[in-house]
Amino acid sequence: MADSKLDLMKGTLDLMVLRTLETMGAMHGYGIARRIEQVSADKVLLNQGTIYAALVRLQNKGWITAEWGESENNRKAKYYAITKTGRKQLAEDTAYWTRLSGVMNRVLAMTDEGESR
Amino acid sequence: MIRVALNRIRAFLGKKTREADLDAEMAAHLDLAIDDNLRRGLSPDEAYRTALVSFGGLEQARERHREARGLPSIDSLLQDLRYAIRTLRRDRGFAVIATLILALGIGANIAVFSVVNTILLRPLPFQGPDRLVWLEGNDGVGGLSDLTYRVDVWEEISRNVRSFQSVAAYVPYYDYSEFKLTGYGEAQSVIGIWVSGNFFPTLGVQPARGRLFSREEIVSGGQPAAILTHAFWQRQFASDPNIIGKRILLNYRPYNVIGILPETFDFGSVFEPGMRSDFFISIPVNTIRNYGHMLAIVGRMKPGVTAQQAQKDARLVLSQSKAQDPNWVSDVKTIAQPLKEHVSGKLQRSLLVLWCGVGMILLIVCVNLANLLLARTASRQREFALRCALGAGSARLMRQMLTESLVLSSAGAVLGLGLAFLTVRYLAHQQSLALPLLSRLTIDSTALGWTVVIAAFTTCAFAVVPALGMLRGNLAQSMNDAGRGMTEGRKNEGLRATLVVSEIALACVLLVGAGLLLRSFLRVTEVDLGFQPSSAAAMRVDYFDGGNRDKRGAVLKEICDRVAALPGVEAVGMSDKLPLDRARSWGLRAKGRVHPPEYNSSAVVSVVTPGYLKAMGIRLLSGRDFTWRDSSTTDKVIIINRAAAEREWPGEDPIGKIAEGIGITDTRVVGVVSDIRESSLESQGSPAVFVPATQAEPDGENIIIRSQLPASALAPSVLRALRERNPDQPAAEFRSLQRLVDRAVSPRRFFMTLVTGFAALGLILASLGIYGVISYSVIRRQREIGVRMALGATTRQVEAGVLSRTLWLALIGILIGIVGSLAVSRGIASLLFATEPTDAIAYSVVIALLGSVALLAGYLPARRAARVDPMIALRAE
Repeated sequence: MADSKLDLMKGTLDLMVLRTLETMGAMHGYGIARRIEQVSADKVLLNQGTIYAALVRLQNKGWITAEWGESENNRKAKYYAITKTGRKQLAEDTAYWTRLSGVMNRVLAMTDEGESR
Repeated sequence: MIRVALNRIRAFLGKKTREADLDAEMAAHLDLAIDDNLRRGLSPDEAYRTALVSFGGLEQARERHREARGLPSIDSLLQDLRYAIRTLRRDRGFAVIATLILALGIGANIAVFSVVNTILLRPLPFQGPDRLVWLEGNDGVGGLSDLTYRVDVWEEISRNVRSFQSVAAYVPYYDYSEFKLTGYGEAQSVIGIWVSGNFFPTLGVQPARGRLFSREEIVSGGQPAAILTHAFWQRQFASDPNIIGKRILLNYRPYNVIGILPETFDFGSVFEPGMRSDFFISIPVNTIRNYGHMLAIVGRMKPGVTAQQAQKDARLVLSQSKAQDPNWVSDVKTIAQPLKEHVSGKLQRSLLVLWCGVGMILLIVCVNLANLLLARTASRQREFALRCALGAGSARLMRQMLTESLVLSSAGAVLGLGLAFLTVRYLAHQQSLALPLLSRLTIDSTALGWTVVIAAFTTCAFAVVPALGMLRGNLAQSMNDAGRGMTEGRKNEGLRATLVVSEIALACVLLVGAGLLLRSFLRVTEVDLGFQPSSAAAMRVDYFDGGNRDKRGAVLKEICDRVAALPGVEAVGMSDKLPLDRARSWGLRAKGRVHPPEYNSSAVVSVVTPGYLKAMGIRLLSGRDFTWRDSSTTDKVIIINRAAAEREWPGEDPIGKIAEGIGITDTRVVGVVSDIRESSLESQGSPAVFVPATQAEPDGENIIIRSQLPASALAPSVLRALRERNPDQPAAEFRSLQRLVDRAVSPRRFFMTLVTGFAALGLILASLGIYGVISYSVIRRQREIGVRMALGATTRQVEAGVLSRTLWLALIGILIGIVGSLAVSRGIASLLFATEPTDAIAYSVVIALLGSVALLAGYLPARRAARVDPMIALRAE
């Protein structure tokens, strides 16, 4: 039922979250959202709220775990950490994504030459 | 995948904590963001605002979280359910009517399905029932004596037909089943069936207590033993387990009670519909060896053998035996059919017709509800438009409609199940209904499954139409229009008219079918029976003559005289056989005529006393009745019926002619009576012969009493008169002859009543449909009517307009219905009696009935329309 575009977005956001957790270690939702915004140089228009749907999805799949903890400025926050299966999944998805984007780039380049515009 | 599903279910169940958890997490998120923003030097207000903006919609985030977390479809289903129930509660009238209509439709369907399931679909209640076959002689045509076997033939089949693992037999003659139980207070008339020793093992029936017949008990002359049915054990012996091993006196002879059959075993319901059985005793094989055709046979085939093979096998063996014994004529034409087919095969078509009829009722119900819902959708256009504007997708609205009809169907199904339960329980206890297996009628798990299927079907069927109607509409336009009621009604009008037309057509088909069955039924009851069943009753008489024919004449005469002297008794006679009851037949041949070798000389035999013909109301066409002077020492005489006369002495006066085959010596015909429906009301009279009780051996006698007094008033005085002579006369049942007739037509009456009931229901529903559509369109067009009346249209013109529309709808529906009926009626032709499938009267009555009902259903709204005050109608908007 859902839009195919949204599906892709969903997939990409999950991947970004996994990668962030792998490189940065355990983080809370706000931290992850901020990190993604920073890395993408604010080019991703991310409603920070949507991160929580991705987090619960990954949690249901067993790729990340969650635990309540204290932030550096003494605020209670839920911390997320990547699991072993999460890392494996991330490796697979990264390989897939790299291949896909490579193919996409090539295909799109070809289209550019073919069209007169 | 499983983990995801589990997590989702857990999340769904622990919804409250999850929500709180998420809220806390989001709050923390915002706090962290505000902290960050403050650190970057924003003012507190600005920090808060920016945090909220970059977070996005809080509610949206929650919604997405829920979607990713739990079971969103169930969540919204519950929401839909709550909403549907709330809506329906607001519209109570609609909900109640819809539920009732559905309950009737679904209830009728479950009840009929249970009957079909019990009689046709479920296997017989025996072990390996598909390996049981029923054997009949004479190609399966003729009376009981033609279909049954002699003892030696049964032995031949058991011994030499290799298709069978075992072959069991029982004595199907009612006369042999009546026993007198003494020693327990007043003597009682009880029913015992003679079965072969291997009868229960062949069927695969184990006793609930005790054991089956032992080898010694099977042998003729062995220890007499009886196995009791569960019902008899309960009724007579109060379920006393110690009865096993005791002796009971049956016809003054002691029998050992050796076992109790399981409660589930009902002999009558399978083999002799409508017959009670109290106990089973072993056939005294050698005693009845020379009695003629005595045994009904059931065989258990070896695994892998088909009924056709068994039949071929049996015919081969019997034709070889025929070479040795020329008597085995009819036996060679043995047919073998699966027992199940024998039990319920004849009912198959009737039941299927019934099933179709009830299915049509369901369709009508669905159409009717679709119509009602459509009307509701129309008035709910604004609500739907509003919800659409607030963001509900059309799929969601569709689902809402489906949920509403699901709620209605479920309520209807539950109520219908209750109705069906009552109906089924009532039917299961109808002993006078001669339908097989009826005592096993229950609503089982299959029937429950069927209920679910039906409910699902109705849900979809009557939700789809209004949902379509809704989708076709332009919602924005509805917002504007709905209140004004000008254009909006139009677009669904066509749809509604189509629905009504199909409803009328379906009802028409049902009515025609019911009309044809009803006419057949009336034709059957009008049949000239050859005797007068009203105000006559029969009772089994117990007497003692020591087997002496001379003494018997005196004994019977005294009994007849005593009973005839009672006040209110008009005529008395005795016979060992009653019409429409189980019959035996003997050979009857005109002496001196050469008969072809395979000539069927059988004639139904009754051994009667003088006065029997008068008591039965049988017309004597020529000659005389028997008198008490016809005795063992005088001329042997018989009375025959017209069919017998025409067969043996065509074109001659049979009076005084000599016949052979009845008894050992020749007999002289002294009277001819009119034909009697001996075996069924539908079949023409077959040859019958009456023999005086003083010149042949009766199989026990029934006394037939003609009196204007009701049987219940007569019974005590008759019983007293009989006991003066014989104190052991059991308190036998007093059977009115009308009851015999009623029992014979009971299956036909049953189907006719049900189909007529369905047709009536269909008619009511269809008229409701017409009424609904017409009155709805009148309301919608109130303004238009007001304008027309203001412009000078008369009341009559307005009425005529509405009525003509009604009639058009009815006419189209009837036309389609008649075409459908013509096609359908051919399918029920075999169920009709003396009625053509194109019976003009049935069709014209149905057309007139439907037309007038439609007229009435249209007249009420038409009158309302004509009463419209133009000023009020115009101002109303």
